[in-house]
Amino acid sequence: MSDRTQPPAGLVGPIPWLRKNLFGSWISTAITLLLIYLIAKIVIALFAWGVVNAIWRVPYNQNGIAQTAICQDAKGLGACWAVIGDKYRLILFGRFPYDEQWRPAIVVVLFVALFVLSTIKAVWRKGIVSPAVRYIALAGAGLILLDNLAGLLETIAAVGFGQHLPLPFDLLAILNTVGKCLLIAGLLLLWPAIGVWVGTLALILVLMFGGILGLAPVAVDYWGGLPITLILATFGLAFAFPIAVLVALGRRSTQLPAVKMLCVVYVELIRGVPLISVLFMASVMFPLFMPPGINVDKLLRAQIAVILFAAAYLAEVVRGGLQALPKGQTEAADAMGLSYWQKTAFIILPQALRLVIPPLVNTFIGFFKDTSLVLIIGLFDLLTMGKIALSDPPWQSFSTEVYITLAAIYIVFCYGMSRYSRGLEQELNKARGR
Amino acid sequence: MNAIVLDKVNKWYGTMHVLRDISLTVATGEKVVVCGPSGSGKSTMIRCINRLETHQEGSIVVDGTELTDDLRSLDTIRREVGMVFQSFNLFPHLTILENCTLAPIWVRKMPKAEAEALAMSYLERVKIPEQAKKYPGQLSGGQQQRVAIARALCMRPKIMLFDEPTSALDPEMIKEVLDTMIGLAQSGMTMVCVTHEMGFARQVADRVVFMDRGEIVESGPPSTLFEAPKTDRLKLFLSQILRGD
Repeated sequence: MSDRTQPPAGLVGPIPWLRKNLFGSWISTAITLLLIYLIAKIVIALFAWGVVNAIWRVPYNQNGIAQTAICQDAKGLGACWAVIGDKYRLILFGRFPYDEQWRPAIVVVLFVALFVLSTIKAVWRKGIVSPAVRYIALAGAGLILLDNLAGLLETIAAVGFGQHLPLPFDLLAILNTVGKCLLIAGLLLLWPAIGVWVGTLALILVLMFGGILGLAPVAVDYWGGLPITLILATFGLAFAFPIAVLVALGRRSTQLPAVKMLCVVYVELIRGVPLISVLFMASVMFPLFMPPGINVDKLLRAQIAVILFAAAYLAEVVRGGLQALPKGQTEAADAMGLSYWQKTAFIILPQALRLVIPPLVNTFIGFFKDTSLVLIIGLFDLLTMGKIALSDPPWQSFSTEVYITLAAIYIVFCYGMSRYSRGLEQELNKARGR
Repeated sequence: MNAIVLDKVNKWYGTMHVLRDISLTVATGEKVVVCGPSGSGKSTMIRCINRLETHQEGSIVVDGTELTDDLRSLDTIRREVGMVFQSFNLFPHLTILENCTLAPIWVRKMPKAEAEALAMSYLERVKIPEQAKKYPGQLSGGQQQRVAIARALCMRPKIMLFDEPTSALDPEMIKEVLDTMIGLAQSGMTMVCVTHEMGFARQVADRVVFMDRGEIVESGPPSTLFEAPKTDRLKLFLSQILRGD
């Protein structure tokens, strides 16, 4: 009996697989051999160019200018990786003050740590839900609000009446910092994942801006390279996603026609124009509408533009998931007496979002790369910094090496997202017994 | 006291008149079976009772509360009325136990441990406590429908509605679901069942209602209705449905 449960010999294993898939007929054998030859040739050529004949270091003259003559001689035969060694800090960190570049370096590490941490399931579990923890978080939020309120009143008094308010601003600023710490601690305990995100993003902003904790302040104009790309993409998608969910729900609302109308107009308007024009409007036209004296930072404007743009696209992806859910699911939830938000949070969204993981990640990856368009409004993201590095005369003709390096960095992040989404899908399907 | 009172209920889909002057009173503890050809409006009627569909004329009073657009009356009624669907409609991303405890925890505000104990007691009653940690996709159709019944019962409803609960099941699984429903009927639950299971109707129904083209054509105890149909429409329906028996 038991031997019948085994498949016949010669059907499984690597050799039968090869025979079946690669050498099945003389034509497939011929194609296999041809492809092996081509692949080997390309790999050998690339290896010779990129490793064997590559030049890793060039001499410098007494003025510190790179002598790239040996690279020029080797052009076409070997890669000149010396350009990366010379320019990597400019490409990665832009014009951030040289001595302070450990700060953006830590920021990049923090971003990567945040992404890796977010892929761990345990982080997303519910934390300690107790009233005491809730009060800590609320007290923190209250202190921050108090300081902001005082600041707002002061601005109104100063702009409107030309007067200063007799408020203890030093104390309020300290309370604000205490409040932020309390809020993050509370969030960490309540929902570890959200706490980790809020905490890390706050730390990233502190490191980039400086100005407190003895860090020298660095204006946004000096930011550049990988941190800009990661900030725009991460903050952009983190804020765009909740907006997208709300817009998608609003667009499907049957009870609130005005909200539905608003969501349709928003999505169609944003989708109807290119990202470049939205960025351009945010950068050039938006300040024209603001009262004089109020200056919203250029990066913040670009960030808002990216958020609004990404939210419109993500909203349509989420809406696709909502529409794919069978009607019976909402009916069952309704029949049980769940409220709209309970139904949405427990029944609809968990299923709808699972259905759209592939297009969702597709959009995420697209936006990660689209952040390089901020170049047109004068922000220096990773790709732009690569171009700037190439404008240095000695290195002008080594764009291949620089672009390959940039591509490798983009691939690491995008492939990481893609792999994570595939793992997530498999895990969720397994949990459902499929 | 009457559990459900429908008085001259009318409903249109566009210009199609799907419910015509439906008047039906269900007493507390009564078991009513609704039958009729497809498209006769029986599902629409039962779905009006917990307002998954809205009626346009007439009044529906459930457990002393009239169904209106007021959200509070809707909440009150949906707590007291459980529903079992033809296609089970279990939540595939939640375990059997989570399916059963969701509404008690969030609608009845029951502590989690208490809700789980309650759910397990009902899962035992429908004879599948050992499946509590599985997902709906891992269960057979008959098991899923029994879970759906347990899930509805976990809200401790006063009234249970069944919308063709056995129509999507393989023949060998129909009996296990009907047995569960018979057990429920014997416990004194008020039940309205849309079903073609005439054996079930004979065994438990106090009254059978025959609907055709949006109206109630005939109603009465199962014995008189099945043995001595008065109208040609019911005679035709019975001859079609009993041909297989």
